[in-house]
Amino acid sequence: MSPRKERYQSRTEILQGTLDMLILQTLQWGPRHGYALSKTIRTNSGEILKVDTGSLYPALHRLERKGWIAAQWKASEIGPRLRVYQLTKKGRAQLTAERSNWERITAAIAGVMNPAKRESET
Amino acid sequence: MSWAFWRRKKRNEELNEEIQAHLALARREETQSGRDEKAARAAARKEFGSVSEAAELTREAWGWRWLADFFQDARYAIRTLGQKPGFLGVALLTLALGIGVTTVMFTVVDGVLLKPLMYPDPGKLTFIQEKTEEATRMGNLWSFTYPNFLDAQRSTSALDMAAWLFAGGAVREHDKAEHFDGREVTAGFFSVLGVNMLRGRAFLPEEDHLGGTPVIIVSERLARKLFGSAEQAVGKIVVLDEIPRTVVGVLPADFRWMGNPILDVFTPLGQDPAPNLPRRDRHELGVVARLRPGATWAQAEQQLTAVAHVLAKQFPDSNKGRTFVRQPFVVDTSDVSSALWILLSAVGLVLLIACANVASLLLVRAVGREREFAMRTALGAGRGRLIRQCLTESAILGLAGGALGIMFAAVGVGPFIAFWPGSLPRADEVHLDWRVLLFAVGASLFCGFLFGLAPALRIPTRDVEQRLRSGQHAVGGHSRRLHGSFVVAEIGLAVVLLVSAGILGRTVIRLASINPGVNVHNVLTARMSLAPSTLDNPDKILPAWQDVLDQAHRVPGVEDAAIVDIIPMREGNNSVAFWPTSSFPAGNAAPEALATCVTPDFQKVMELPLLAGRFTDDHDRRGSEAVVVIDEVLAKQAFGNENPIGKQLWLDGRDSPYTDGSNDPEPARVVGLVGHVRYWGPAGDDAAKIRAEFYYSFAQVHPNYLHRWSDLMSIAVRTTVPPMSVVEPLEKEVRGPSGDQVMNEVLTMEQIASDSLQQHHTLMLLFAVFAGLALLLSCIGIYGVLAYLTGERVPEIGLRMALGASPGKIVQLVLGQSLWMVVGGVGVGVFGAFAAARLLRRYVIGIHSFEPATFAGMILLLVAAALAASFIPARRASRVDPLIALRHE
Repeated sequence: MSPRKERYQSRTEILQGTLDMLILQTLQWGPRHGYALSKTIRTNSGEILKVDTGSLYPALHRLERKGWIAAQWKASEIGPRLRVYQLTKKGRAQLTAERSNWERITAAIAGVMNPAKRESET
Repeated sequence: MSWAFWRRKKRNEELNEEIQAHLALARREETQSGRDEKAARAAARKEFGSVSEAAELTREAWGWRWLADFFQDARYAIRTLGQKPGFLGVALLTLALGIGVTTVMFTVVDGVLLKPLMYPDPGKLTFIQEKTEEATRMGNLWSFTYPNFLDAQRSTSALDMAAWLFAGGAVREHDKAEHFDGREVTAGFFSVLGVNMLRGRAFLPEEDHLGGTPVIIVSERLARKLFGSAEQAVGKIVVLDEIPRTVVGVLPADFRWMGNPILDVFTPLGQDPAPNLPRRDRHELGVVARLRPGATWAQAEQQLTAVAHVLAKQFPDSNKGRTFVRQPFVVDTSDVSSALWILLSAVGLVLLIACANVASLLLVRAVGREREFAMRTALGAGRGRLIRQCLTESAILGLAGGALGIMFAAVGVGPFIAFWPGSLPRADEVHLDWRVLLFAVGASLFCGFLFGLAPALRIPTRDVEQRLRSGQHAVGGHSRRLHGSFVVAEIGLAVVLLVSAGILGRTVIRLASINPGVNVHNVLTARMSLAPSTLDNPDKILPAWQDVLDQAHRVPGVEDAAIVDIIPMREGNNSVAFWPTSSFPAGNAAPEALATCVTPDFQKVMELPLLAGRFTDDHDRRGSEAVVVIDEVLAKQAFGNENPIGKQLWLDGRDSPYTDGSNDPEPARVVGLVGHVRYWGPAGDDAAKIRAEFYYSFAQVHPNYLHRWSDLMSIAVRTTVPPMSVVEPLEKEVRGPSGDQVMNEVLTMEQIASDSLQQHHTLMLLFAVFAGLALLLSCIGIYGVLAYLTGERVPEIGLRMALGASPGKIVQLVLGQSLWMVVGGVGVGVFGAFAAARLLRRYVIGIHSFEPATFAGMILLLVAAALAASFIPARRASRVDPLIALRHE
């Protein structure tokens, strides 16, 4: 097994493809830097979702390239400057789209996991 | 790729800062929750995971990562390649040779066969021909008649049309005259082509008529020769065929008409007083047209059809069922195209061998670098990334080889064209240009990919630790098979080239020994025409030719002299349909024969073997019975095994030289039988469509034809001295009263005979060179691979020797290994060679059989060479000191 593959598996802690949505959703409440983002996601998920930095930063830079979020440098009291991300208009639209898609899928999955009672009765 | 690529250094720093900030924040939180500084730092690091990995993955998200990697790989590749100058030298030389010869051939093929013609907007140009419903023996496409051209030109608004006629003549310079080729053209000819004069102007419409001012357009070359420069030529007088003409224009030096060698003299076609020109049944004109701006081809075709219909109705005698059709505007390259494609394929094979060679070299190197790759895999490099790096390396090697190859080609194209026998059509359009560069770069990258793939795919996917730990590298069966298959491929390709070269060589030897049917030694031939003032009067023509013969006889060293229209094995022919009775079969089914117009001494000049009867003599004149002398082939076709002498041979009235304008068959008496002459050359004659031959007397030709026949005549003399030595006195003697009767295309029969085999010679020679190259490369390949493989087996060999194997046994062992690869290669190659032999037979005339002896001989040669190449490593292996070998283990 190649090392690459193992690494890939360890990142499925957050459901594939949902990290982008989580980031967009979190940024809706205001601009944040990477560390704050990962903390917020962890806290809001009740310490269940742990964002791997090896996924977080690539995702942030990818979203930035797509124009869904914008970055700004802010001075901080800790020394290095902070790169603060902010949702763009385009990103807001993307979030809406992803959210409705997500709701459709969770509903569908719920349907499979809890089949309608009529079916079991007949 | 984004603009950000160019600031990637800054981006990297920023990314680093971002990650450092993350770590700092995490650290602060840890300290706030009560840990000490050191523990906080460790916890933050642990929480974060691998910093370099996160950075790496983020950089990938930037999107232009591949480019940055490429630069990194390229730098690395150049550094590692430079570390092994020996390997680099061999690989580069091999590639440069392979890509160089391929590029030379492609340059020639591109210039001669592929490139659009050099006229502006060539896609809008077209040839136009007349077409009839009924096909004659010559097909149903015709040249234009002048009246039909004029009518068509007037009635097609979608096209600019122009016409030309073959021409040329004697240009007088002081007291000497020299023959120059040219064309008679209509006024619009140069504007249709889109060619501007270098100096002066093109012809005016009012000059394009009978009685127009005698004007001429000359080539830049002729202008310089006669007047020193193009500027000075305009307005000067040039005497062409005794007529003084004013130079109105000088063509640019690079002007070529349809890829021909330079044409020097152009005159207005409308000024030609030839009696045939105004006739609607004399098809002599070539027509070229340019689509007018805004018009479409559909419109043009519609207009051509319409005017042809009108003309067919108006002139049913000459134009029944006539249409005008477009023909592609291309240069006729049929003579050379198959030879060029065959050569391009051959160099393609050489290139493949070169690639296989470099691939096996790279593979050897890759085995040596196994530990390096294992280490890098262990350090986190992905397999795809390493494969990409391998391919970058080989691509750079390929491109460097390609660059050398292009230099090689730039030097080599000129000599190649000079080396090509006869004239290569469009030869001066053969240049290294962007098309060639594109091809060469493409070929280099393709090669790089081809030979880089094998080592790249060897990159380990598993057992990394084991490889690192073992330190040794063992050649697995996999890589041995891979090495073997390169050698097999090389040998297979070399077999194809060697057998092809062998077949061509055998064919050339066979053809050279074939008797052409004439004695080619001590015969001089030259085209010549009479002075134009003589030609105007049919009564003066034959006596003038007789004068030429008498004058030729006076030259010391000339034994016999004859006038003839077709010289065996030289370009040009005339065929006439014949039948043993007057009732010809319907529908052009009658067989044809080559008809040669001669004066009586022709038989003596060529030493034709007279088998029965007599040759034509001075008693055969206009008014006496028409006579022909036939060859064995015609005798057999017309009369079977009967004695042909005294029989009547009927000639198709339309082709007969004895009558003008008759459609009825014409009889001629067979008075002699001569041996067959290979008019189509030693190679082409057997396969030629028309092989039957007959000779008729110039003195019996219809007076109306004498002028036209005289334009096509040549003089042939048999000499007692070396033929070229009589050229000068002969030229002086036959100059005629005004000095305008000039000889051109002066050649000995020996030259003509060898010229007819030149293409075979060239093909054979080039194939021999390519095959030699292939042999050399595959020997180097097999040597390299064996040297490597036996080197890997040194411990094993040492063990065998320690256990009592003799050096002879070891040599056998290694040679056995090599023999296995050679036999495999030969097995593959034989199939390829059969296919190549079929191709050659199809495209090179005169190749007879598959030549099993050649096959066997060439394969033996290859096996011997390959074993000789294997002997050195085998020998070395047998000298292994078992003690040292085992200690090495």
